[in-house]
Amino acid sequence: MTRRKAMKYLLIEDNTELASALCDRMRLDGHVIDHAATLSEGADYLHVGEYDLILLDIMLPDGDGRRFLERHRAQANDTPVIVLTARSEVSDRVGMLDLGADDYLTKPYDHAELQARCRAALRRRTGSAQTVIRVGSVALDPVSSVLRVGETDVTLRNRELRLLELFMNAPGQIFSKGKLVDRLFSYDASVTENAIEVYVGRLRKHLEGSNVTITTHRGLGYRLDEC
Amino acid sequence: MSAEPRSLRRRLTLTLIGGAAVLAILFYLVVRTYAQQIAQQSQDRILEASVTSVLDAAVVREGQVEMDLPYAAFAMLDTSADDRVFYAIHQGEALLSGYRGLVSPPFALSAAPSFDTVPFNGVDVRVATWTHSLPASPRPVLLSVSVAQTRDSLAGTLLAISINAAVFGGAFFLLAAGMALWTSASTLRPLGLIAESVARRGPSDLRPVTRAVPSELSPLVTSLNSLMTRLSQSLSQSETFIAEAAHRVRTPLATVRSHAEVTLMRVDKDENRQALRSMIRAIDESSRAAGQLLDHAMVTFRGDQLERQDIDLVTICSEIVERLTPVAEMMDLDLTLVSDGPVPSKADPILIQNAVRNLVDNALKYSDPDSAVQIAVTATPAPTITVRDQGIGFPEAEMALLSQRFQRGGNAKDTVGSGLGLTIANDVAEAHGGRLELKNLETGGACAILHL
Repeated sequence: MTRRKAMKYLLIEDNTELASALCDRMRLDGHVIDHAATLSEGADYLHVGEYDLILLDIMLPDGDGRRFLERHRAQANDTPVIVLTARSEVSDRVGMLDLGADDYLTKPYDHAELQARCRAALRRRTGSAQTVIRVGSVALDPVSSVLRVGETDVTLRNRELRLLELFMNAPGQIFSKGKLVDRLFSYDASVTENAIEVYVGRLRKHLEGSNVTITTHRGLGYRLDEC
Repeated sequence: MSAEPRSLRRRLTLTLIGGAAVLAILFYLVVRTYAQQIAQQSQDRILEASVTSVLDAAVVREGQVEMDLPYAAFAMLDTSADDRVFYAIHQGEALLSGYRGLVSPPFALSAAPSFDTVPFNGVDVRVATWTHSLPASPRPVLLSVSVAQTRDSLAGTLLAISINAAVFGGAFFLLAAGMALWTSASTLRPLGLIAESVARRGPSDLRPVTRAVPSELSPLVTSLNSLMTRLSQSLSQSETFIAEAAHRVRTPLATVRSHAEVTLMRVDKDENRQALRSMIRAIDESSRAAGQLLDHAMVTFRGDQLERQDIDLVTICSEIVERLTPVAEMMDLDLTLVSDGPVPSKADPILIQNAVRNLVDNALKYSDPDSAVQIAVTATPAPTITVRDQGIGFPEAEMALLSQRFQRGGNAKDTVGSGLGLTIANDVAEAHGGRLELKNLETGGACAILHL
């Protein structure tokens, strides 16, 4: 069975529509996320709880997200911050990274890219995840992208990692090819569903010698099982 | 009225120097004329005295004029220039004594001697002639005495005075011309300083001019400052407006995109999924186009007023690599930077950043999975940034057109893009006096070289 302490995010974003969509998506991926609509609310959440990563909007009703960043870093708070901005790339780029943001993303963003940037930020801060996903004899560190099968470590490529993470977060669940393609290829129109077979094939190779297998269910998709 | 703008400084200098020249010439003429008059008068006075003393020495005895020419009458005409003296004494119209032809009758009685300058023996002489009526019987005798003197001494004196006057006039002119140059320069210096302080500013520096200026210039500075204030207000307003507009547009787009992604994860029906995918692609396309249009506008604006700084191209490229590495990773692409040490250049960092980001963005977009994108920065012979990929390459037939606005390769239809990326890179290269070179690698893949 999956044993995993979920990643905990704090989202500070005043647009409730966007926030709820983002939270939905994060929860679907198995993360825990709290939403604060204002800077002060965000500060309250930070007082009470511990977070792995903060997602920060810049234009907020009770102040500029950049001031929050300054305070956050002044308090020697180590939690990585990724800024979500609706402004043009050029004007805000320098300022935000100077103020101590770990990265930033311009809206509208690709969720996969957000995940990739979160992972990169965590990797820079801590080197690896405190939370490792385990299924059977297989352990996956999604931050350092290392798969451990028995005693051997393999570093996965990004699409392999994302695919395996998806499977390992929901063992026993069937994923259709179409859904997997969308997750891996950012809705690229030129990619066919067959492209996913290559990646499943690679994962199967990596998982050889473990008690975990990925099975094909004709017409339905793929499923990861612990045998 | 002349329509051509004229230099205030030249006009001022010419007026002042012209005035000084006129004054110097006038000074010279006045002094010379006056000196001539004075010299002439003194010669005339001596000639008069000489004539008088000759006349005084004349007596009429039995109808005959008798006279002893007094030595003093001629001694007084001695000059340093050894001027020659001539005389002629006429009784009636008959020459009694002296030089024939010096003067010619008729002579008339007068209350004062008459003076004349006449040529005699080839030189100009000044002649004083005075006719007296000496009482005698049966009738008075008309005695005319003429004394003449050459003008060598007079001319010498005049020449000396003229030279002095000319030297004084010339010195005055030089002094006045120097002062004119200095005055015009110092009068116009504040104007030049204001112009210089405004001209030296960067394109975004719209602070008011605070330099102290002469009162005549303060209306100009005041209106310049109010123009700057209005300009900076309207600029910051439009900047705020663009930021606000982008915010207003991008936030809902992000909401829609997130919802679409979540929904896509939940629905299974193929046609629904297809619709959601198209929706997400449309959102990406529009936000990308908006971003690149803004970038392009910014490149055009900054390209006009290039802010060159000393930058290291390797540092800029490594920042871009760091920034885009997560994106490359997502596509299982290797993004690497190759360089031998720093490559310093004088360029606009924001423009270079933008150009390279667009080139790398393109390379990533058109790369096959599990391939590599390489940025190489070289310093010699000229600074260049080369972006190579192993993707589909540029369509050979359209290569020349690709850097034109909104022009996209025929093989790019399936990829989200606005057709501005290469235009931006090309414009940035041209703004720096360089060019963008596009070619396909023999090993496959595209190669874009930014020559600076």
